[in-house]
Amino acid sequence: MAKVAMTVNGKAVALELEDRTLLVDALRDALGLTGTHVGCDSTQCGCCTVHLDGRSVKSCSMLAPQADGRAILTIEGLAGIEGPGSGDALHPVQQAFTECHALQCGFCTPGMIMAAAGLLAENPAPTEEEIVHALEGNLCRCTGYVNIVSAVQRAAELMRG
Amino acid sequence: MRPLVYRRAASLAEAERLLAEHPAATLLAGGMTLIPTLKLRLARPSHVVDIARLAELRGIDGKDGRLTVGAATTHAEVAGAVAVRRAIPALAELAAGIGDPQVRNAGTLGGSVANNDPAADYPAAVLALDATIETNRRTIPAAEFLVGMFATALAPGEIVLRVGFAMPERAAYRKFAHPASGYAMAGVFVAEHRDGVRVAVTGAGPGAFRWREAEAALAKRFNAGSLAGLEPDASGLNADIHASAEYRANLAGVMARRAVAAIQ
Ligand SMILES: Cc1cc2nc3c(=O)[nH]c(=O)nc-3n(C[C@H](O)[C@H](O)[C@H](O)COP(=O)(O)OP(=O)(O)OC[C@H]3O[C@@H](n4cnc5c(N)ncnc54)[C@H](O)[C@@H]3O)c2cc1C
Ligand code: FES
Ligand code: FES
Repeated sequence: MAKVAMTVNGKAVALELEDRTLLVDALRDALGLTGTHVGCDSTQCGCCTVHLDGRSVKSCSMLAPQADGRAILTIEGLAGIEGPGSGDALHPVQQAFTECHALQCGFCTPGMIMAAAGLLAENPAPTEEEIVHALEGNLCRCTGYVNIVSAVQRAAELMRG
Repeated sequence: MRPLVYRRAASLAEAERLLAEHPAATLLAGGMTLIPTLKLRLARPSHVVDIARLAELRGIDGKDGRLTVGAATTHAEVAGAVAVRRAIPALAELAAGIGDPQVRNAGTLGGSVANNDPAADYPAAVLALDATIETNRRTIPAAEFLVGMFATALAPGEIVLRVGFAMPERAAYRKFAHPASGYAMAGVFVAEHRDGVRVAVTGAGPGAFRWREAEAALAKRFNAGSLAGLEPDASGLNADIHASAEYRANLAGVMARRAVAAIQ
């Protein structure tokens, strides 16, 4: 068994897990954070995207012990982190996905939003081409991506204020 | 995935000791190749030894015409590092085009060269940039390191510490990426060094290779026109559901001309 101590959405957690446990299973099964989805389970679709020390990674392709000592942010932790006093307000990327109707079934959405938030943290004013490039690791079977790209542009606007 | 024991090495010496103690152990860096392989049970190591955080495998340093990059440097770090962008911008661009952002945030240079996937990008760069692969035991020239499809000169217990690249006068990499994975259907790295031109092709054959005919043509005149009508011999190139060998040969010619045109 492996002892894994990490910060998840700002809270310290300590877990004891089988060594082979995937990070996504630790989040979903051990911590009940089922907002992070499993689509392909093979590093292709990006549904399982979370931030590890601020950078987006696919949590289906990482062992939970690899995250020991690190900070994880999942979709559940995204609301309320933009600026002091924002409380439970939706994160600008969540807000923009709602406004731009950037989802249909919603299955890919948590991963899309985490990937988009990862992009905007590094590049606050991405071009359309940069957005498409940054979402290459995320597949959506419903929307055709047009509204997703618009939502990321809208989120960038919201974040620039 | 089969049960396994995860160990994070606290030092290079500990990683070496764990590998020596457990003959069926495997190194784990970014896991972007290894974890999917474990899930498919194509690999069944008793232990995985995580080397991703080892200080001995980190750092980027340019001096005396060579750029040295630690094996645990992620593709995203190579793409973003000022030292790489300044010394060999084509290498930063190559790293920025690997897979997708999530893969680049985890996958490492060392894992990529140790894996030697015939469609991976770095193998073209190490050949064209006359690289040396430094391990915990020796320093190996790239051409001797890459021995074949998914095969390298690494011996059991051997760990890639860093890769040293020659800084070229100018260089460019162009790939025709598989639209689903991003891996190269054909990728060509062209580098002009003080002592000659090197052209390396990945994705098209069973392993990355130097394309000597193109090198000779560019040595005469460094211009895309010098490559007009040239393509590598299709015999021996890969053929699969995505493309025939002839198609890949043609793509390699096109990518080489695009790479040269970008810097001529
Ligand atoms: C969706 C997807 C798309 C991808 N697209 C591309 C692409 O477009 N181009 C491309 O080039 N690659 C691509 N890759 C592969 C990616 O670049 C991997 O990061 C790389 O092949 C392996 O690096 P890693 O650090 O993840 O290694 P790991 O998966 O951790 O390890 C791979 C192998 O190397 C060994 N190893 C790791 N580090 C060392 C070391 N320092 N010394 C000795 N042995 C070591 C391990 O034991 C293992 O056998 C893609 C991967 C995925 C999942
Ligand atoms: S579930 Fe992780 S990439 Fe698809
Ligand atoms: S909204 Fe259904 S998969 Fe993207």
